[in-house]
Amino acid sequence: MSQESIAAAPQPAQRLHWKRFFSAENRYLAPMFITCILVVGDLSFGILESYKKTGLAIAASLLAELILGRIFVGKWPNLASAYISGISVGILVRSPAFWPYAICAIVAIMSKYVLRVKGRHVWNPSNFSISVLLFLAPDTVAALSIQWGNYLLPMVVIWILGSIIIARLHRFHITGTYVACFIVLAFLRSYVAGSPWQSEIAPLTGPMYQLFIFFMITDPKTTVRSKFWQCIIVALVALVEMILRLLHVVYAPFYALFLVGPVALLIEMWFDSRRTVPVRVAA
Amino acid sequence: MKQGIAARTILAVVFASLVLSPLMVKRFAARHEEARTKLDFQTALARHGFYLQEVSHAAGVDFVHQAPTLDPRLNHIMPQVASMGASVSIVDFDHDGWPDIYVTDSKEGAKNALYRNLHDGTFKDVAGEMGIADLNRPGTGVSMGAVWGDYDNDGYEDLLLIKWGKPELFHNDAGRGFTRVTDQVGLPPWINANTALWLDCDGDGLLDLFVGGYYSEDVDLWHLASTKMMPDSFEYAKNGGRKYLFHNLGNGKFEEISAQVGINSRRWALAAAAADLRGTGHPDLFVANDYGVSELYFNDGKHFHEVGEQTGVGFAPKSGMNASFGDILNQGRYAMYVSNISEEGVLIQGNNLWVPKEDTSGDKLKFENLARDFGVEIGGWSFGAQFGDLNNDGTLDLYLTNGYVSLDRNRSYWYDFSKIAGGHSTIINDAKNWPAMEGRSLSGYQTKHVWLNDGSGKFVDVAQAVGVTDTYDGRAVAMADLWNRGVLDVIVANERGPLLIYKNTVIAENKWIEFELAGTKSNRSAIGAQVTLFWNGQLQVQEVSGGSGFAAQNQRRLHFGLGKFPQIQKAVIRWPSGKIQTIESPAPNENHMVEEPR
Repeated sequence: MSQESIAAAPQPAQRLHWKRFFSAENRYLAPMFITCILVVGDLSFGILESYKKTGLAIAASLLAELILGRIFVGKWPNLASAYISGISVGILVRSPAFWPYAICAIVAIMSKYVLRVKGRHVWNPSNFSISVLLFLAPDTVAALSIQWGNYLLPMVVIWILGSIIIARLHRFHITGTYVACFIVLAFLRSYVAGSPWQSEIAPLTGPMYQLFIFFMITDPKTTVRSKFWQCIIVALVALVEMILRLLHVVYAPFYALFLVGPVALLIEMWFDSRRTVPVRVAA
Repeated sequence: MKQGIAARTILAVVFASLVLSPLMVKRFAARHEEARTKLDFQTALARHGFYLQEVSHAAGVDFVHQAPTLDPRLNHIMPQVASMGASVSIVDFDHDGWPDIYVTDSKEGAKNALYRNLHDGTFKDVAGEMGIADLNRPGTGVSMGAVWGDYDNDGYEDLLLIKWGKPELFHNDAGRGFTRVTDQVGLPPWINANTALWLDCDGDGLLDLFVGGYYSEDVDLWHLASTKMMPDSFEYAKNGGRKYLFHNLGNGKFEEISAQVGINSRRWALAAAAADLRGTGHPDLFVANDYGVSELYFNDGKHFHEVGEQTGVGFAPKSGMNASFGDILNQGRYAMYVSNISEEGVLIQGNNLWVPKEDTSGDKLKFENLARDFGVEIGGWSFGAQFGDLNNDGTLDLYLTNGYVSLDRNRSYWYDFSKIAGGHSTIINDAKNWPAMEGRSLSGYQTKHVWLNDGSGKFVDVAQAVGVTDTYDGRAVAMADLWNRGVLDVIVANERGPLLIYKNTVIAENKWIEFELAGTKSNRSAIGAQVTLFWNGQLQVQEVSGGSGFAAQNQRRLHFGLGKFPQIQKAVIRWPSGKIQTIESPAPNENHMVEEPR
């Protein structure tokens, strides 16, 4: 979740306190939500690989953001975004080793400072670093791919709470579009591959997707601006994911976002540049 | 401006280095794999001190395990459901001083085999004439494992056979045959069990029996009431079989007391082992569970207290498939090895080597997983493993077998497996939701691991170098000095594959010592007896086990490698009765027969 866009949201003068809390003004809403998922998931089901590893990912992420922000932006940065990246890495990366947690978190933060086009970073930080690590270190690293607990209730709570928060942050259309596309395409995959539709839907019920759809694909800094095109792009992510799934790529969603997200942004930038040129000429 | 460019350049270089660092880590790791290249006999002996030669056929053993055919509604995933049952246990059933081998088959109607050691390098299957072959009759389930223990202290090891079906107990009639006593002793009519072990949990001199269920005991895998019999989670499943602790009453009967003493788990148990981890004189119980966390029960002689999370071993859920103990650092303390699943690009659970933390002991005992540091973490789809000093250098090595389903080499089921594994319980629990395997492999054709312990906390894989080159779907591993030569041979049971006997050749410079214990006040099998050997200023502890690894049991005899020029100070035996017996300066290169002082 990008803090800049949240902070830039309008601030109506008269708002109820709770509404303000659950609003785009609250840049700490997303971090609090992901922390809630982490704490509840771990207390109830022990979801974490280890406290040390998750702690390492968060610490590495925060430290990298502090150092890089200070050096390259010239001020101490807000750490909410880095915290989300670190915690996402801590939850999503599964490895018996410690180094992938540190490397993945640092690469995520660094990617924001290095992989920039026209002042804008083009990959979702944690999506970039997790995809790279999964691709380059498959013998050491896997992604969270299993269920948390056996109960429907925690999943429903996370879905409802996540949906409310994402809606308050004006991003629900992205999540909703993706989920709708995933379900439709799951049935298509089932038809094409001849597998039970339940097995095609199954990934959506897992925690990896909960993090993916609430925190990765909705990142304002790495999505296009218009609502319409956001929906189109996320539908394309789902489509590319389906193709990758038909090719039996296990981490299809990460790779799909990795491939589609930057291309969409670059195209948007290209269009933007075309629009701005005549203005300059006129001036 | 220049500073800014320089800083950004440095940042880009650091970033690129970090992105590429996994490749560097992989390259570094590859350097440690040089020892995996195949070596000839003499070179392997010179370099590693031992060589394992597969001799099953020459030894007269041509046993090939066969899998069961379960309910037709499981046909689409049959290879992965009917994927266990190959087991091996070592026993000297006729008390002639030579280890014999019992192996299970799992096809309906197939025969189990008892290979009698003929003392000339060969074996003969005598299971039929002994009455313990035809134990997979349709309607009774099929064999999953066997453990031996002298439950009535008559000097002969009796046989407990666990099945996905009706468990069976056979009384050993002085090595001349076996009498089925299942109905008299009070075993339940059906357990879908994959692990069992003998232990004297209350120190009364009578062997008790632990049995761990895998599928729920109300599931008849040949006549499913419902296809909703799969685990309800890949990591948090609690719909498995119940656990049983049968207390030996001493009159030929057992009483089931698991709930009374605090064992109430319904996790999917695949392996169990017992050892006195805290020096209390009572065996603590470790249970490795599939689809969940491991469990460790501290035993105070009356109750079992589950301390998995407290001790650190029951925190992260994995796919536990092995439980074995070994004093790998020669410190007089046991480490525990638990095998799990690692498949490149999909799932990296890593095996666990639980080593006691320094400065923790007794009820405060804690373990840390040092599998990665010690180099025994990644073993594929790992199954059975055993510790044993394979080159007699004085430190315990580790043999691990692996491989789940080897079918089509070029097509993998992993993508579909990972898809369903992430699903909610209502999806994963129902077998009909699982995609069809269609002849695809699932972590098949894997190479095995023989990790040589350098004594300072590093294990090096030398499997290929020392002759372990098979790629069958390994399940059970047992170690025994099959031909009384002072070396540990390795016997491996493979699913839908042959029983392998790896005959060991060790350089003569490395000495050894063995102890064959017989209890008097303690149980006659001496299960639970500990021998601490002191030599050359170091010590090593070993314990007689009533079953360990996966579906396996090593020889009861304890084998210690001593290295070159050993000066043995003493061997201290702590019997399960609590008696301490010290043998001063026992001679090396001998098997010492020791009876508990009366």
